[in-house]
Amino acid sequence: MPSPLKFASTKIHVEMKINIPVSKAKQLALHHTMKLSEGTLAKTAIANNFLTDFADVLLFVHHFIKETFSRKFELKEFFRQCFAIGYKSLPLISVTGFIMGFVLTIQSRPALVRFGADTMLPGMVAVSLIREMGPVITALICAGKIASGMGAELGSMKVTEQIEAMEVSSTHPMRFLVVTRVWAATWMIPLLILYADGLGIIGSWFGANIKGDVSLVLFFSQAFSHIGFIDLLPAVVKSFFFGIVIGLVGCYKGYNAGRGTESVGKAANSAVVLASLLILIVDMIAVQITDMIPV
Amino acid sequence: MKTEETKLLLKKPEKATSREAVIEITNLCKSFGTQEVLKNFSLKLYDGENLVVLGKSGSGKSVLIKCIVGLLRADSGSIKVFDQDVTSLNMKDMDKVRQKIGFLFQSGALYDSMTVKENLEFPLRRVKDHLKQKEIDAKTKEVLENVGLADALDKMPSQLSGGMRKRISLARTIVVDPMIILYDEPTTGLDPVTSEEISLLINDVQKKYKASSIIITHDIECARTTANRIIMLQDGEVYAEGSMAEFEKSTDKVIQAFFK
Repeated sequence: MPSPLKFASTKIHVEMKINIPVSKAKQLALHHTMKLSEGTLAKTAIANNFLTDFADVLLFVHHFIKETFSRKFELKEFFRQCFAIGYKSLPLISVTGFIMGFVLTIQSRPALVRFGADTMLPGMVAVSLIREMGPVITALICAGKIASGMGAELGSMKVTEQIEAMEVSSTHPMRFLVVTRVWAATWMIPLLILYADGLGIIGSWFGANIKGDVSLVLFFSQAFSHIGFIDLLPAVVKSFFFGIVIGLVGCYKGYNAGRGTESVGKAANSAVVLASLLILIVDMIAVQITDMIPV
Repeated sequence: MKTEETKLLLKKPEKATSREAVIEITNLCKSFGTQEVLKNFSLKLYDGENLVVLGKSGSGKSVLIKCIVGLLRADSGSIKVFDQDVTSLNMKDMDKVRQKIGFLFQSGALYDSMTVKENLEFPLRRVKDHLKQKEIDAKTKEVLENVGLADALDKMPSQLSGGMRKRISLARTIVVDPMIILYDEPTTGLDPVTSEEISLLINDVQKKYKASSIIITHDIECARTTANRIIMLQDGEVYAEGSMAEFEKSTDKVIQAFFK
């Protein structure tokens, strides 16, 4: 006959054996369900956010187009923005353009000399500057300066209620702040790019004269003899698109900044990142389209 | 200088000229997500009166006046400004209503990239586009004199102190001769002396421009100086309504907590 104590201990042992796996199974099931639902919720939230952001962008572009064609265009503010975007970017673009041509020449010269094609140097530099390097690098530099500036300026205006103050003064902030900036960027960026191209060729002449001796007139005439309308037109057309991208992204990020001061920095930062990315995407599309044009 | 200050201290708000409501809010509801900010809120602002809306931070005071000017859309209820329901107006008609309303922002909201003169001219050129440059100059000079900052015309907002910014902001609000002025926390962030000056300026504006005002504040001294009538907001609802004297006599704990 087993003792009562021994019997009790066995019973406890049996109960433990049954209860522990069940509770563990319950815990595991709960844990997995939670994990699954958290994952599903997170994915849904990401999809929701993406759709909301996309709808926001479409709405913003729709408002921009609508306000662009409204009767009252803020001409004075447009010229003020042209001055801020165009004239005030000249020092930065001058240095960038010059260095671009200079470095390209120094780097390409040895390879051309090896094949005895150093006389092709001015033409090669001019074509690469005008077709690709000038527009893209200038646009990326402008994305850093102008898009971030717009993002920060409009973002801080939002935080300090200046945009709302404009709205209650019966002024459409979209018309006054966004339309003027986007159009100013659209017209000024191509001009800055052409200016950078010109300075790039001058920089190239300086680069060529380090190890050679060529006159500016001869260098320019050789450079321009290789450039045709087919090189210039696509570059100018895509420059306008770069301008639109810089203006729209900068304004969108600033205009939709959050309420805290932290959001001003975020708006400026994300404006540069997105504008740079879109510039490269637009360039890729432009290159594909240009490639299809018969020469 | 001292006699001038004494004179100012004796100034009291003008009594409402009539019982005609210029703003009539009925059962206004506004939520942000699941948070109900205004719950069936009703209010009437009578012609020529200074109505102070008191309440704790986050009680929905600023949301209320932003709904009035259409900066925020009400979820339900009606907001009639001069008998026009602003909740159902399109942008064009809303602009017309906004031309009758001045709004003093809590932060001042002066345009940083413009001088004081340009800040004042900005709404004037848009609301009263028929004015000639001479008239615009005269008007800006007049309002700056009214707020006691005639020499600040060419300064940038960054060169102004907090009190000066509020005064210039008030000048920008009154430059278009609004019939209704909405003040969002006009004395927040100011020292007691400047707060008192701004409160007296609000009374001055009421007298000179015959404007009706809603003053959103949690500053009892400001309320004491400016109020013809007070509404107390608690959790998005009207908690109490009456005169300053009635509020001060009240034995209600919530009211007492404010008026101690």
